[in-house]
This record gives sequence, C-alpha cells and structure tokens, in this order.
Amino acid sequence: MASLDRVKVLVLGDSGVGKSSLVHLLCQNQVLGNPSWTVGCSVDVRVHDYKEGTPEEKTYYIELWDVGGSVGSASSVKSTRAVFYNSINGIILVHDLTNKKSSQNLYRWSLEALNRDLVPTGVLVTNGDYDQEQFADNQIPLLVIGTKLDQIHETKRHEVLTRTAFLAEDFNAEEINLDCTNPRYLAAGSSNAVKLSRFFDKVIEKRYFSRDSNQIPGFPDRKRFGGGTLKSFHYD
Amino acid sequence: MSFLIDSSIMITSQILFFGFGWLFFMRQLFKDYEVRQYVVQVIFSVTFAFSCTMFELIIFEILGVLNSSSRYFHWKMNLCVILLILVFMVPFYIGYFIVSNIRLLHKQRLLFSCLLWLTFMYFFWKLGDPFPILSPKHGILSIEQLISRVGVIGVTLMALLSGFGAVNCPYTYMSYFLRNVTDTDILALERRLLQTMDMIISKKKRMAMTRRTMFQKGEVHNKPSGFWGMIKSVTTSAPGSENLTLIQQEVDALEELSRQLFLETADLYATKERIEYSKTFKGKYFNFLGYFFSIYCVWKIFMATINIVFDRVGKTDPVTRGIEITVNYLGIQFDVKFWSQHISFILVGIIIVTSIRGLLITLTKFFYAISSSKSSNVIVLLLAQIMGMYFVSSVLLIRMSMPLEYRTIITQVLGELQFSFYHRWFDVIFLENKMEVRSADEGRCPRGEDFSLLDKLPAGQTLVFPTSISETKPPVPSLLEGQEQMTIEGLGVEGEGETKCSRLPGGHTMVIPDSHL
Repeated sequence: MASLDRVKVLVLGDSGVGKSSLVHLLCQNQVLGNPSWTVGCSVDVRVHDYKEGTPEEKTYYIELWDVGGSVGSASSVKSTRAVFYNSINGIILVHDLTNKKSSQNLYRWSLEALNRDLVPTGVLVTNGDYDQEQFADNQIPLLVIGTKLDQIHETKRHEVLTRTAFLAEDFNAEEINLDCTNPRYLAAGSSNAVKLSRFFDKVIEKRYFSRDSNQIPGFPDRKRFGGGTLKSFHYD
Repeated sequence: MSFLIDSSIMITSQILFFGFGWLFFMRQLFKDYEVRQYVVQVIFSVTFAFSCTMFELIIFEILGVLNSSSRYFHWKMNLCVILLILVFMVPFYIGYFIVSNIRLLHKQRLLFSCLLWLTFMYFFWKLGDPFPILSPKHGILSIEQLISRVGVIGVTLMALLSGFGAVNCPYTYMSYFLRNVTDTDILALERRLLQTMDMIISKKKRMAMTRRTMFQKGEVHNKPSGFWGMIKSVTTSAPGSENLTLIQQEVDALEELSRQLFLETADLYATKERIEYSKTFKGKYFNFLGYFFSIYCVWKIFMATINIVFDRVGKTDPVTRGIEITVNYLGIQFDVKFWSQHISFILVGIIIVTSIRGLLITLTKFFYAISSSKSSNVIVLLLAQIMGMYFVSSVLLIRMSMPLEYRTIITQVLGELQFSFYHRWFDVIFLENKMEVRSADEGRCPRGEDFSLLDKLPAGQTLVFPTSISETKPPVPSLLEGQEQMTIEGLGVEGEGETKCSRLPGGHTMVIPDSHL
C-alpha cells in the first residue's frame, strides 16, 4: 500500500519541548512512554484522509520529520540538519508553553528551515514589521503547537495564551495548545483535531492541487555548497 | 577607621564581582533557557563573587594594599563563607533540583534532598581518610578539615582539566591530524543518510497502514507493557501485531544506523570547516603553536614522571629563582625587594586572570554540550560547585609561585595543611590522565561517538600548569618545624631562608598563553 501519495512535514523546535512525544501521539495515537533525546532526525508516518467525509476523500501518507537539536548548535550540525530540509511541504513549529525562550527561538527555526539568513548581528527583532516581511512570500503552510499546557497554572493561562496567539499571528498560522501526555486533547471531533485536519488538508492541497503541481511554488532547491560555505560562517 | 574603609572597598569589589557573575550567567550560560528559579542565578553569582574576592586578596597581599589585620579578617571571613557555600548550600540545592525533576518524589522534595545532602556529606568526609592531609589535632568542624577535602577534589579537577586540555590542544590545532575531506565524501554520506531515512519511512508506512486496517477491523494492537503483558503476548497474538513487532525491530536497527550516519556527517562537516580554518592566517598561527605545545606537553609528561619516580627535591618559586639567576649569573644588580614585588604581582595576576577566563569558557562550552531544559538548573549548580572548588585549590597551589614573604597570609589562614601533598597529587592525576587521553588519541580517528563533548571543549583552556616538583615526604614533625620556623621568622631573608627553603615544597608555574578565542 505504499502507492499512496505522500507529503513531507517538518517538526521543528528547541530541545526538550516535546516534539518526539507530539509526533508519537499524532502517528500512533498513544502517549510516548520513554522520551529520549533525539539525535539527528526521527521520522514517523500518519495516514490522513484528505477531505474526509466528502466524495473526493483520498488517503495520503503524511511524513513527520522530527529534527532534533538546538538553534544555537555548531554550524557543522546545522549544515548536516540542512539535508532534511529538502522539498518540505509544511512545517509544524513546536514550543514549550512554560519556556518563553523556546517560543522566541521559533523565528530562528523557521528561518533556518526556509533557508533565509538572519541579519548578521544576530539580534532578534520580534516586532511585527520585521516578521511580516520575512514571511510575506512564504508559501509553505505553518502550524504552531504549544506543549506542556498542563504545567501552566490556571491563573497564568490567559496571559500565556494571549502571548501564543500573537506568536501564531506573526507566522500567519493556526495554533494548537496541548499536553502531549494526554490523548484527549486530540480526540476526534475536538477543535484541536479539526485544526490539525485543516492544516494537513492545506498542506496536501498546496502540494498536489495548486496551479503548478510539479514544482513546489516559492521554494527553490537549496544550493548546497555554494551557499553552504557562506552559511557556515554566519552567526555562531 | 581604616578597617571601615578597607571593608567598604572589599564590599564594593564583591558587589562588582557579583554583578559580573550575574551578567555572565544571563548572557552566556542561560542564553537559550528561561531562568525560572532565581535561586540558581544568585548562588552562581555569589560563588563567583567570593572566589574572585579570594584572588583579589592575594593581589592585595602582594601589593601591600589595605591594612594587614583587616586583610587577615577578610581572608578568614571569605574562606568561611565560601566553605559554607561549597559544602552546605550548593550540594543541598543540587539534591533539591535533582529530586524536583523526578516526578515520583515530588511531594516530599525537602525530605529527599536532605537525605541526598547527608549522603554527600558522608562521602565528603570519608574522602579525607586515605589521604595524609591533616594532622589529627584539629577538631571536626574546623576550617582545615573542610579546606583539605575541598582542596583534594579541586586539585584533582584542575589536574584533569589541565591534562585534558594539554592533549586536546595540539590535536585541535595541528593540521597534521586533519583527514582530508572533500565535498564528494560529504555528498556520498548524505545520500546514504537520506536513503536510510527513505527505508525507515517505507517501513513505517507499512506499519501505519497495518495499524489502520487492524483498527478498522476492530483488533487493537497493544504494545506488551509490563510483566503480565509480555507473558500474555507470548500465547495470544494476532498475526497483524506479530508483523508489526517484526517490522518495528527492523526500524529500530535502521534508526540506529541513521543516527550514526548523521553523527558522521556532522563530523565531516566539522573537519571540513577546520581544514578551511587552517588555511587562514589565524589557523596557520595556531598550527605553529600546536607544534610548540606538543613539544611542551611531552616535556611536561617527562618531568612529571621524573618527579614522581625520583622524588626530586623542591625548587623555589620562579620569581626568586629568576632574581637569583639575574643577580648571580648575569651580574645585574637591582633592587631585589622592589622588583620581586612587582614581578610576582604580574605573574600571579596573569595566572589568575587566564585561569578564571579559561575556566569560564570551558564551563560555558561544557554547559552547552550537555544541558537540556530539564537539567539546566542542576548542571549550572554543579558547575558553580566545580568552579568554587577549582578556585579554592588554585589558591592552594598558587601559594607556591609567590615569594616567601607573601605566602605567610595563606599559610596563616589555611592553617597547617600539607601543601606538598597537593602538588604531588596534582602530578599523579595529571600524568594518569594524560596517559589515558594520549592512548585514546593515538588510536582515534574522528568518529561519531566522540561528537558531542570532545569537539566542543576548547583546547588548552585551563592554563595554570603548576609543575610541582615535590620533595621527598619528610616525616611530619620536620615539615611542621619548617613551616613554623617560616612563620616565626616571617619574611625569608635570602641567606638564612635558603637552607630552610630547600626543605619546603616548591614548584614553579608556567602560563601557556591562551591559544583559542
């Protein structure tokens, strides 16, 4: 049955935010019992029904590529990671709701994956104008997921959720907040499940049903060694 | 009145050091993490501040700044505080944060952290037994007891770090060790990596499809969990789930392979960068230094071996020796007292600054390599503990590079420790460590397993290389006698002091210039 079409979605985020748990939950509907450090990249596959419930329903494979590491890694690690960023159709950005830095680092993650370089001073500007510009011509659908929702105290919940709403707006993406150790957040029919389904549908649509479907729009093939040597000296 | 002025100067400088430690923590160490427990930051900065104050007091001792009685008072106070922190506070908090990470023990955190702390104290105390570090006439909780143990741990650490740095430095900078890596090599490896990923994906697709059909048919595949689960799975197993476990095993093997390939590729990229770096000006300079260092390291190993094997008699500190040479052999006459003060100040100052800087850089890189968001608190506290012990023992060892007249205060404050023991212990650990690392290096071609730590530690960063040429172990009474005489006579006058000096432990220190950023 490997003859189904496939799309490739990257799962990015800082170390320890819960990407591996999330991917396990999405693909096997079970909670990951013993999360351990991801070295390199781990892949899992989810079977998704595009346009479920309609006559045009079709099943696709969604490959979730969970790339490990931190955004401040050595440039050799970054160059190695870059091999996984080829021909991606969607990006899921994962951050930890209890750790503000992980949310801020999402900008750098997305830029790394989209093969744009940051301003050389490495200063992170997070006001709206800067980000809109970078993501304006971005054709790849993004989804922002916040994890460890259960560890946020009731009283702080509102403040945290407002902040993440702004974050998702910056990326022009939907957002989901959940706890990866509790499958109930993604139970069928819940609003989170609906958002997830919509995201995957969007990814599939962009890949297979856009006007020029044999080339991913707006995402030229990465030049490896020509641009690579330049990249290896950018901020460390 | 002067005491008040002196105290205010000391306190101002302590606040400055505290601020510096705070900034360092925020900007460098915890760059990628959020500081949720401010206790950790405070402890780190306080440890740093008090350690630096100790060095400051040494400098003041040499320069003769401040009143000598107030200096003595501050020494005592500083030492008490730092011992309090290193032996009581930091270990307790380390235990507390470790216990907080474990979900099970969350409710009785305090109880378990007290237990952990008591275990630590027990082992800490037992540490003193096998070493001849103390005469038995001191009480249990005296400063000498604590300092001696802290000194042992710190000196071990210093020797380990020095030894490691000494070997890693030439390896990192000398292009002799660099394999030739071409772009095609990297491309080939990457292709293999992607092929492995594709194989993993196709197997996972089969698994996902099987699971889906099973789910639709109403069978549920539960992974055998627990003891009874495993027993049950032996007897009753649906054919679908058997398939799954088989494929899962294949996938596990492939995933392991993909990890190895990833690490190898990262290694190749790192080597390629090093090759490019070695072609630049800076690279060539460090390459040359690398040759120089290897020769120096071989010489040091040789000297350390000789010291241990032949139990050589100690020499005097470098300053006095240098002055001796210039006065006796070169016939240059100058004001001994004046110059010895300034030269020792500069020498000790260089040693202090480079070792602080080297340690901070090493700690930072170490921290980046091994910490994660859960363990960052524990690791920072461990680093604070290491830093404190390192600084305390470098005070012990630095005593040897100061001329006699400046050693009095350290001896007075630290009491009757057998300093010679520490130098000998340093030599032993240094040698042992270097032998191990050397042999590991010879047979080593850069492999994935070495990826995480060894590439990230800077080279030659701990730069105080006290080669201590320890004396034979004198029977205890005569050593004490020697020390007593020194303190009674006060400043060692050249002629008389010489005969007594030859019985005292001596050593000389060399500072290797900081070779890496």
